[in-house]
Amino acid sequence: MEFKDYYDILGVGRDATDKDIKRAYQKLARKFHPDVSQHADAEERFKEIGEAYNVLKDTEKRAAYDQLGENWQQGQEFRPPPEWDAGFEFRGGGAGGDSGAFSDFFESLFGHGFDRPGPGSGFRGRGEDHHAKVLIDLEDTYQGATRTISLQTPDLDEQGHVRLRSRSLNVSIPKGVKPGQQIRLAGQGTAGPGGGPSGDLYLEIAFRQHPVYRIDGADIHLRLPVAPWEAALGATVKTPTPAGVVELSIPEGSGGGTRLRLRGRGIPAKQPGDLYVELQIALPPADSDRAREIYRTMERELGFNPRSDMEART
Amino acid sequence: MNENDSNIVAGMIIDEEISLTLDEVCRACAAETTVIVALVEEGVLEPSTPGGETDKWVFSGSNLRRARIALRLRRDLEINLAGIALMLDLLDEIESLRAGQLGQQ
Repeated sequence: MEFKDYYDILGVGRDATDKDIKRAYQKLARKFHPDVSQHADAEERFKEIGEAYNVLKDTEKRAAYDQLGENWQQGQEFRPPPEWDAGFEFRGGGAGGDSGAFSDFFESLFGHGFDRPGPGSGFRGRGEDHHAKVLIDLEDTYQGATRTISLQTPDLDEQGHVRLRSRSLNVSIPKGVKPGQQIRLAGQGTAGPGGGPSGDLYLEIAFRQHPVYRIDGADIHLRLPVAPWEAALGATVKTPTPAGVVELSIPEGSGGGTRLRLRGRGIPAKQPGDLYVELQIALPPADSDRAREIYRTMERELGFNPRSDMEART
Repeated sequence: MNENDSNIVAGMIIDEEISLTLDEVCRACAAETTVIVALVEEGVLEPSTPGGETDKWVFSGSNLRRARIALRLRRDLEINLAGIALMLDLLDEIESLRAGQLGQQ
């Protein structure tokens, strides 16, 4: 596994005080928090920052980590030395609800030290609810789809240690689901302790970026290139929609930026969204004598000043 | 891979028409009742009758998403509830600004 330089990740020196570490963490956490940040790798960065902070804010873990020495480089191949943590006592906690998300490096150093309530305490209750994120394509919400998702569930082994158990689940993605919505799968969470009812599994739906369509709630936006004569004279053109190609009639006298609404052709939710087509005038290239000749004829014969409106206002 | 149709689990979309009780929201967020009640008092979450008795509250599906974002922000950034309320409002505003820009780029 790769060595993680937690000081480097937080951008602090090895002699940083607790306050320095907290300040560095909070600054980075605000910048990369997945609910706030627009950085493409926000989720990964945030996880890394959280892991680094989890270790460095904890005096015991930090001392143990420091003991590994200063000579390790970020990303270097790493094996924990035998008995490296002898004499340290980790009181656990602090990993937050998502400790399963930490790196192998973290798990190999600190993973076994966490105290968890052991099994068999005789308590019978409802199991925990679980959450997972599922990435789907826009087309999936039009047709409905089946996705196999793999989940990692923390589990206790015979010694009462936490380990991650993987399981996969075939889930049908209902038609009409919108980005950010949750799907509840009853009874797919953790089994209840002592034979109690299982918790639920919640899937949060996110959409993969689409090269052509943009999604806004249940509405879909599409920019459609048209020729100047199609916009000026009106035309019927083939337009892609997530449900298939349709014939779109472009009204005479349209311009660049004209928006046409195809009612009900957005995401087929209970209240279906609309599909907005924004016209974008594409200019034919003047790359031949004939083409240049046509442009010159237009210049001569149309007497067109595209800036007349602007000139009148200034 | 081995496809087995009988193993496909179907879920239910948590949308505006779904109603959740205070208990269900707490459980789905793994949060204490007091925390969710505080989020309602701060105006982050909006049950049907915010002034009425808590066991009569009915939350629509979008509240669950807001609650989970709020709790993550609280846990990860150590922001107080008033700060979270402000942040969620600003996030909503950014989202609608971005949506408005789509047609203009």
